[in-house]
Amino acid sequence: MCLAVPGKVVAIDDSADPLTGLIDFGGVQKRACLEYVPDVRVGEYVIVHVGFALQRLDEESALASLRLFEELGLLEEEFGDAWQQAEREAGTAPASTAPAPTAAVAADQTESGSEAR
Amino acid sequence: MKYIDEFNDPALARRLLDEISATATRPWALMEVCGGQTHSIIRHGIDQLLPEQIELIHGPGCPVCVTPLDVIDQALEIASRPDVIFCSFGDMLRVPGSDRDLFRVKGEGGDVRVVYSPLDALELARKNPDRQVVFFAIGFETTAPANAMAAHQARRLGLTNFSLLVSHVRVPPAIEAIMTSPVCRVQGFLAAGHVCSVMGTAEYPALAERFGVPLVVTGFEPLDILEGIRRAVRQLERGEHRVENAYARAVREDGNPAAMRMIEEVFEVTDRNWRGIGRIPSSGWRLTEAFRAYDAEHRFDVGGIRTEEPAECRSGEVLQGLIKPTECGAFGTTCTPRTPLGATMVSSEGACAAYYLYRRMNGPTPQAARATREEMNPVA
Ligand code: SF4
Repeated sequence: MCLAVPGKVVAIDDSADPLTGLIDFGGVQKRACLEYVPDVRVGEYVIVHVGFALQRLDEESALASLRLFEELGLLEEEFGDAWQQAEREAGTAPASTAPAPTAAVAADQTESGSEAR
Repeated sequence: MKYIDEFNDPALARRLLDEISATATRPWALMEVCGGQTHSIIRHGIDQLLPEQIELIHGPGCPVCVTPLDVIDQALEIASRPDVIFCSFGDMLRVPGSDRDLFRVKGEGGDVRVVYSPLDALELARKNPDRQVVFFAIGFETTAPANAMAAHQARRLGLTNFSLLVSHVRVPPAIEAIMTSPVCRVQGFLAAGHVCSVMGTAEYPALAERFGVPLVVTGFEPLDILEGIRRAVRQLERGEHRVENAYARAVREDGNPAAMRMIEEVFEVTDRNWRGIGRIPSSGWRLTEAFRAYDAEHRFDVGGIRTEEPAECRSGEVLQGLIKPTECGAFGTTCTPRTPLGATMVSSEGACAAYYLYRRMNGPTPQAARATREEMNPVA
């Protein structure tokens, strides 16, 4: 959770308090607090961490990072369902998806792989 | 093991690696501070692509891993109360407390919710005036502005049913603790880029000067890391020890002043316990007096909890870069992501999890002599 994901500001809600915007992370859109980058404009890229934009980023770097994040499955992890991930890790996922006992170690590795960032 | 053609720009990666090889004339040990960097390094096999002389030592920069056991136990106790909605980032769900984790608490009927942002927790408090909403406010400097804003907003809105269980830690005192350890082998640092996005680099020149180490502010993508290593090695070979910013696209020297102002308004520096490491002076933040009413530790009176760490877990040594995860006897046997003994096996940024995940069952063993476990606690 110390990583931060670059995204494009697609809308700004000036009336929101704290200042809030809609950020597009390679297709996934999320609201984020813009109080710490108050003069950001629609179309610019920002680095977002736990729902807060922390710095601006140039478009080229942002797109390169986003591509990499997508290739590595990091976007899914960032915005995916944490309970499902926890269930898989704990080995309490529903029977249909639970690994056979003999495959437990391998399953641990592939499944928690989706958790790493 | 990953290959260089999996880098997003393999040609550039090759060039950086060649330059590092050409520059390094003797062994150097560098510590990457950020757990995100550790995962990137192991996932892309950067440590295996580097020339033999360059050793990467994994640092303590994973907030989930260093949150002390007593605070986890406090969280578990608060989360078990029937009147409480306990909110946490997803990473914390399976971090082992003394006898269970948040995932179990939820299974036992606790109202534990995963939020994406602390403001989501605040929103829950507004919508549930008859419940106490507690947010688990952990993290380094990167997360602090968000958590500070949540406290600030709670006070502004006059919410009486919202509080934060705060366990914030700061990087520079951790670097100091690592460098003052008698068994420290670190000769240079890759400083955590996103921490510096918030705090800037003002705290680092004094550390570089005092300990004679280069500090290179580094991002977490594979090419960022190679560039950070290249610059650190170049400094070491030239006998220099400066602060360099290799992540200028996201880090300004003065950080983010608005975010720093909010942190200063809400938090004050305090000593903190780090899981597995011990107490590090001035290494954390707590809510200031003005915000004490929003401190869950006070509201729920969970100060006196006694904890029990599994004896075989050596995560403290892993977090200080004194051993590699594979040197822990429990690694991959009694300790796996499914049955974790320490937080470093659970966290998405923990070094033990990274080694397990990428099948580093026999990682490279540093040449330097091992110290005994007793000798290794520089800060207790
Ligand atoms: S492998 Fe497990 S027991 Fe060993 S140090 Fe890592 S978390 Fe602790």
